[in-house]
Amino acid sequence: MALLNSFEALRHDKRGAIAATVMLGILLAIFPFVISSTFSNSWLRIADFAMLYIMLALGLNIVVGFAGLLDMGYIAFYAVGAYLYALLSSTHFGLHFPIWVIIPAGAALAGLFGALLGAPTLRLRGDYLAIVTLGFGEIVRIFMNNLNAPINITNGPQGITGIDPIHFGNLSLAKPLTFLGFTIPSLHAYYYLFLALALFIIFVTIRLENSRIGRAWVAIREDEIAAKSCGINTRNVKLLAFTMGASFGGVAGVLFAGFQGFVSPESFNLMESVMVLCMVVLGGMGNIPGVILGGILLTLLPELFRHGAGPVQTAIFGKILLDPEALRMLLFGLALVLVMLYRPEGIWPSTTRRREFKGESTDVLKEGE
Amino acid sequence: MSARSSTSATRATLLDARGVAKHFGGVKALANVSLTIKQGEIYGLIGPNGAGKTTFFNVLTGLYHPDGGAIYFAGEKLEASTPHKVAQRGIARTFQNIRLFGNMSAMENVMVGRHARTHAGVLGAVLSDSRTRNEEAAIRRRAEELLHYVNIADRADDLARNLSYGDQRRLEIARALASDPKLLALDEPAAGMNGTETESLRQLIEGIRNDGTTVLLIEHDVKLVMGLCDRVAVLDYGEKICEDIPSIVQKDPKVIEAYLGGSLA
Repeated sequence: MALLNSFEALRHDKRGAIAATVMLGILLAIFPFVISSTFSNSWLRIADFAMLYIMLALGLNIVVGFAGLLDMGYIAFYAVGAYLYALLSSTHFGLHFPIWVIIPAGAALAGLFGALLGAPTLRLRGDYLAIVTLGFGEIVRIFMNNLNAPINITNGPQGITGIDPIHFGNLSLAKPLTFLGFTIPSLHAYYYLFLALALFIIFVTIRLENSRIGRAWVAIREDEIAAKSCGINTRNVKLLAFTMGASFGGVAGVLFAGFQGFVSPESFNLMESVMVLCMVVLGGMGNIPGVILGGILLTLLPELFRHGAGPVQTAIFGKILLDPEALRMLLFGLALVLVMLYRPEGIWPSTTRRREFKGESTDVLKEGE
Repeated sequence: MSARSSTSATRATLLDARGVAKHFGGVKALANVSLTIKQGEIYGLIGPNGAGKTTFFNVLTGLYHPDGGAIYFAGEKLEASTPHKVAQRGIARTFQNIRLFGNMSAMENVMVGRHARTHAGVLGAVLSDSRTRNEEAAIRRRAEELLHYVNIADRADDLARNLSYGDQRRLEIARALASDPKLLALDEPAAGMNGTETESLRQLIEGIRNDGTTVLLIEHDVKLVMGLCDRVAVLDYGEKICEDIPSIVQKDPKVIEAYLGGSLA
């Protein structure tokens, strides 16, 4: 809590904020070297994934957190981005487009899918919207699973292998890069690329939040009829939320395919959508730092349980009683329940949302509805 | 009173509702309602509960699609079922059961109200070019002015849901005024207010009119309507039974019957 308060204080202290930003920049820059030398490369891999999940969570936060539209099929947009990369830059079709072409294309295509999902669901809210979006997510996954006949497009459940590593012209991130006599290993290079894009998405989200469009999104979440009467074209503004949110997911998907080198429909199941939604809700819906924190924590926690459950059991009982792999999700579930019990507003909620949950309400708004 | 009505007779027509009808299943909420509101007047719409006042409001502001008739505003026909376009044309409204954006601050509520008069899109927001920044600063300035205007500037940073009932009513008016409306439509603004609150509301509405905005007022408080409005229309069972200056409306036998449920004679 003290940590969070000091972050809040920084918002009002300009010089402190600059110093903090510089410090954070240095930390983020040396982070991969610290991790890979003190722990192992597998933890750096997890950090790379955390970046992807931050992008996903921020994208979903626009739809769920800002506009208040419960989307349970968000991972479909991640799938669209990932498959786009897999098709355009692999041995599957023999196409090898560079990343700077595919990232915008992935954002655009996922955005289009977002609008496709948004258009027929404009009148739906809450549970009803959740069911339709859940169906949409499954439809996309099932399409990927079955588009191997009559023409083999997605290679069905086997997935697409032989995906090119992310490359800019001759520069491939799969090999260590030598830069001014300084060698950057592959995992580190991916880290920097993901970090750059995650920062870009954070920047865009912050700018949107404090804008006319961001206010319109929140207004729709709060009261759609009043929003309409204020001159907000709710149809367009909602479609815009779906499109923007989806395009972030598309970018993350493109990066995922290039990083993993393999995509299959299995990676985009309902559980993944739920996971991203948990990041948004647990972190603090609608609050950008909270959502980022949620993305990091929920990527990290299952891995910590996976790595920690074995050694801890040996230390206490002298032998492993429960399989760490099985215990991992159990502990993870417990952690989710505890957070929701003790911090229902999220770990790091926005100041207004915190007040909302503290029950300062006079409840005048609820009467006479 | 008579001097006021004689000036309003020469004024231009702002709103012209012609034969508006609306039914829900078999229930006729509005039957052939025609009325005209002139520029710069305060026009009252009264009637017993269920007379169709709010239905008329909802048709006017595009929330309901009328089953018959049309509404002309400033000489042009209002497109039905498009509340956001109605707002852009210059009709702003408040709601009978206050509909604020509860978890936004009072300031933000008014800033949202400015939506219809501003243009920044996604690209502008992301690039934050000078035009967008200026627009944003102008929105904020106007919102501050309006909070001062309705006298709740000290609550600017409070969540709308935490304001007192009277202040919420004021905030809703400020949000409506933010769209620079030609016509401000107030749906029972004095409902649930005590005498002092009603009096200061009366002054506020009068001030709004004097600053050039035409006001359409639905109200149950007959005293408020009679003291404030230049002309009054009375609805009963979805039909307009009377339209005139308050002193005449008050004496109309049909109006008395509608309110008291029977002939007094």
